[in-house]
Amino acid sequence: MSNHALPAFITDERLVELYKQMWLIRYFDEKVDQFFAKGMIHGTTHLCVGQEATAAGSIAVLQEKDKITSTHRGHGHCIAKGATVDRMMAELFGKVTGYCKGKGGSMHIADVEKGNLGANGIVGGGIPLAVGAALTSKMKNEGYVVLCFFGDGAANEGSFHESLNLASIWDLPVVFICENNQYGMSGSVKEMFNIENIADRAQAYGIPGKVIDGNDMLEVMNTVYEAVEHARSGKGPVLIEAKTYRWKGHSKSDAKKYRTREEEQEWRKKDPIKRFKEYLIDKGVLTEEKAEQLREEAFQEIEDAVKFAENSPEPSVDTLLEDVYA
Amino acid sequence: MPIMSYIEAVTAALREEMERDEKVFLLGEDVGKKGGVFKATQGLYEQFGEERVIDAPLAESAIAGVGIGAAMYGMRPVCEIQFADFIMPAVNQIISEAAKIRYRSNNDWNCPITIRAPFGGGVHGALYHSQSVEAVFANQPGLKIVIPSTPYDVKGLLKAAIRDDDPVLFFEHKRAYRLIKGEVPADDYVLPIGKADVKLEGDDITVITYGLCVHFALQAAERLEKDGISVHLLDLRTVYPLDQEAIIEAASKTGKVLLVTEDNKEGSVMSEVSAIIAEHCLFDLDAPIKRLAGPDVPAMPFAPTMEKFFMMNAEKIEKAMRELAEF
Repeated sequence: MSNHALPAFITDERLVELYKQMWLIRYFDEKVDQFFAKGMIHGTTHLCVGQEATAAGSIAVLQEKDKITSTHRGHGHCIAKGATVDRMMAELFGKVTGYCKGKGGSMHIADVEKGNLGANGIVGGGIPLAVGAALTSKMKNEGYVVLCFFGDGAANEGSFHESLNLASIWDLPVVFICENNQYGMSGSVKEMFNIENIADRAQAYGIPGKVIDGNDMLEVMNTVYEAVEHARSGKGPVLIEAKTYRWKGHSKSDAKKYRTREEEQEWRKKDPIKRFKEYLIDKGVLTEEKAEQLREEAFQEIEDAVKFAENSPEPSVDTLLEDVYA
Repeated sequence: MPIMSYIEAVTAALREEMERDEKVFLLGEDVGKKGGVFKATQGLYEQFGEERVIDAPLAESAIAGVGIGAAMYGMRPVCEIQFADFIMPAVNQIISEAAKIRYRSNNDWNCPITIRAPFGGGVHGALYHSQSVEAVFANQPGLKIVIPSTPYDVKGLLKAAIRDDDPVLFFEHKRAYRLIKGEVPADDYVLPIGKADVKLEGDDITVITYGLCVHFALQAAERLEKDGISVHLLDLRTVYPLDQEAIIEAASKTGKVLLVTEDNKEGSVMSEVSAIIAEHCLFDLDAPIKRLAGPDVPAMPFAPTMEKFFMMNAEKIEKAMRELAEF
């Protein structure tokens, strides 16, 4: 694990909180996975198990006023940006207490209060929105930065190219973070790109590009922090490619025939939570006992979220007609 | 005659056309090794290889556009848009290029592309995996839009779409994929694009619809039959350009018309059907034209209760049929 100097507000206490947050993200998605398997939640879902460091690490270095745009695989981003797991779980259950009052489900959780412009059911759909939010920051001189999450698959959508060029020529305060989890559904990055690193594309837009180990919490925090402050200072956008891996399939119905079990095992060895724990113990800010206690607390919070969701009422059907216009 | 599901009929049509004509190839996201998210292209990668069953990057605009370019130079591409909701980045290519190329080139060029996409709700897909998008394209001369209701129609119409010399959008209702089964001849046949099909002969009221709603209407008609009300059911099959003659004939036959679509009501395909009837059948009508459609909200919501409220079903159609019959 790399050991750069962290920003001052990332105290030892904060690091320990982040460790717990990673478990919260993992248990949220593990629980959702179980519910889907049992048919207790309907539709589909995209889980970020194995990718906890990119969500927790990069959002940890933001200021509260900073914004994010998320993706279809967005539960981790939501949690890291301060969403409550109760209301998130309720949304997945289609309950009225959910973030979208049950209208959105897994892929559309947004949280205006916390500066989360939302997950998105359209691949690449959020990238231009992030640029628009950054343009607003600049026009109104609000000093916030937008962290724009997207996957490797989205980097081949037209919206990616159009947005990065705009953000570059206007020097906008936006950081593009590509969570390269190696597959766009069944499409391997090896087949869908003819370049080694997606971040190499930064050169084409005249902005800095960085490739990082997305399963290394410290490297994520340090690189994103540096990029965010670069963007905040008016120097324009940065493209970061965080190499990671989704342990689960693309969505609930995925036999994962496009990859090998050996490859999956190799990546499981790079478990971001385990690596972060080892770092914290080495650093002397966490003990095995404390780590175990935090893990259990996270587990219990998710259990409580499930109870909240189960006990919440269904939305009344006529609310379907609301919120179409002002 | 073999019994097939709706989606098996899609696969059969693709396979037969690829065997018949080596210019036919498939292009789309996850259509190859994975065999498609719904398995519509299952087994085709193994049979025809990666040169004819091509996994594309996530780039809908290019999937459509590359298909259009290949079609103009003599290939017969069948492009898959994984969910109809994802077709939006490709709209520019489809409407600005595919629909207009014959007209703008003085008939020197044409574009025999087929673009398939699963659409519609009922599988808890929520906002971006449930929409009906046919109305987006249904005022674009140069395009043809086919929406089949039965496995028999799927195979005959998809083969016709692939052989058609103009661009065809072929929308498959994803709820129908495994729900709807029916007899499909093993032999080669095509059905005419642009022709509606009478699915039920009747005398008291006329129902005009397409896609999955045809089945709901058949179920409702069966219930009304027990009460002595006879339903005439016209399946549009091609929703653009419309089969005006068949619509006028079906409406005039009973003088009481119910139009059904899962799409939002305002500006739907059924708005145009209604206009045709109003223009041509005024003196044959015995009741105002009645439309039954989805609510005018931006997309189908997730919560199961809301989705159920949004979706068409036999009960809603039965109720509307009875009201019309009693008018």
